[in-house]
Amino acid sequence: MHSQNYFWNYLPLMMQIIVAVGLGCSMVTMSWLIGRHRKSSVKLAAYECGVPAEGDARGRFSVRFYMVAMLFILFDVEAVFMLPWAVIYRRLPAITGSRMFGFWEMLVYLGFVLVGFFYIWKKGILDWAQDKGDL
Amino acid sequence: MSLLVFFLLSIVKIAVVLVIFLTAVAYTVLLERKVVGRIQNRWGPSRVGPFGLLQPLADGIKLFLKEDLLPTAVYRPLYIAAPIIALACSLLSISVVPFGADIRYKGVDLFQIADLNIGLLVILGVTSIGVYGIALSGWSSNNKYSLLGSLRASAQLISYELALGLSLVGVVMRAGSLRLRDIVNIQAPHGMLSWNVFGGLQFVAFFIYLMAAYAETNRAPFDLPEAESELTAGYHTEYSSMKFAMFFMAEYANMITVSCVATLLFFGGWTSPFGNLLPAVGGPVVQALLPVFWFVLKVFFFLFLYIWVRGTLPRFRYDQLMGFGWKFLLPVAIANIIFTSLWLAFRAG
Repeated sequence: MHSQNYFWNYLPLMMQIIVAVGLGCSMVTMSWLIGRHRKSSVKLAAYECGVPAEGDARGRFSVRFYMVAMLFILFDVEAVFMLPWAVIYRRLPAITGSRMFGFWEMLVYLGFVLVGFFYIWKKGILDWAQDKGDL
Repeated sequence: MSLLVFFLLSIVKIAVVLVIFLTAVAYTVLLERKVVGRIQNRWGPSRVGPFGLLQPLADGIKLFLKEDLLPTAVYRPLYIAAPIIALACSLLSISVVPFGADIRYKGVDLFQIADLNIGLLVILGVTSIGVYGIALSGWSSNNKYSLLGSLRASAQLISYELALGLSLVGVVMRAGSLRLRDIVNIQAPHGMLSWNVFGGLQFVAFFIYLMAAYAETNRAPFDLPEAESELTAGYHTEYSSMKFAMFFMAEYANMITVSCVATLLFFGGWTSPFGNLLPAVGGPVVQALLPVFWFVLKVFFFLFLYIWVRGTLPRFRYDQLMGFGWKFLLPVAIANIIFTSLWLAFRAG
């Protein structure tokens, strides 16, 4: 594609990462150094709308988050599988010799995914507000 | 071409792009305050400089001079690292965005920092890492509002990332590449007619992308993580001074990145909307800068749309938000993939 070494292309990205992180760090440091510090115990307490804070935020409470996180991993893997297929899709007829081969292959795969999707939908996991004891 | 020239030119490019980008971030904030002000029948900032144009500068100075609090209850390493992660991730994606036509000086691409053949994947990946900034800031603050805000944000971000990723599959299919320049080049031949959103028949994908991107950047009407009426400020309640501003900079930088990606993937990037209908005018310099002009114009349109939507639409309820992402956007994105692949298969024959 280019005359230069392929890995050179990643060099600017690495530099950008260094610059971006450096910029963030220097901003935090600068603001710590420039701003004046007049601490008081009330000022340093956790904000809770003007009332004294009740305990801290390390207690346990039920969130649907872990279910969503698990589903996310499943469906994100699906998306990851789709991307290489999408890149090569228009070249597949020439490779496989059949115009619809790539389409049917992915349709079968998507079918499996959709069955799983239908299952979690009917199971009520996607109903965020509905409280179910078994979740 | 030697590595040294490449290295030095890359440094110059990064410096120029970052300065322009950060200025754009600052002025997007001003634009938002102005436009939302006009939508709400008031003037917005108008005192500092002509038309309030120096307001971002004044805000920056003010935020630097503010007291940088380190509350006693926070977990310090993550509390300090979180805004750095958020800002750094938001500044990374711009490095793979091409702003103009492929013009080279000594073999170095002038309008793109890093020309990667997996540019789109880099943007998706960096956006995903951005979740850490928000999740860690909420958890390390040890504040209930922050925790709730960050939990909401994390769940929302990963849910909408699915629809976002799947909505791009159709575009990748049409271009047959993840390289952003290839994706734009395939939209170049007939101006507006060959843009992915029209000629590529990706308008459904475009709307999925737009909605998912609004949710990804925590913007209205999906700004539940920082819903001030219920969570004060959400995940950045405990932050002050520049650390607070860094979350805001990250949010606006992400807005600009999303606008850039929407422009590149669906609206033909730097190509002219009129294709070859417009006669070529000016010398080589004008010819090199004209694509940049189109690109900036399109990005500006998307930024304006962001602000317009914020000024117009009310906020969702959280269960509606999750339901919308999972039960509507995700199936529609999959249907779009099936439809696009069918269309491409038949058109190829």
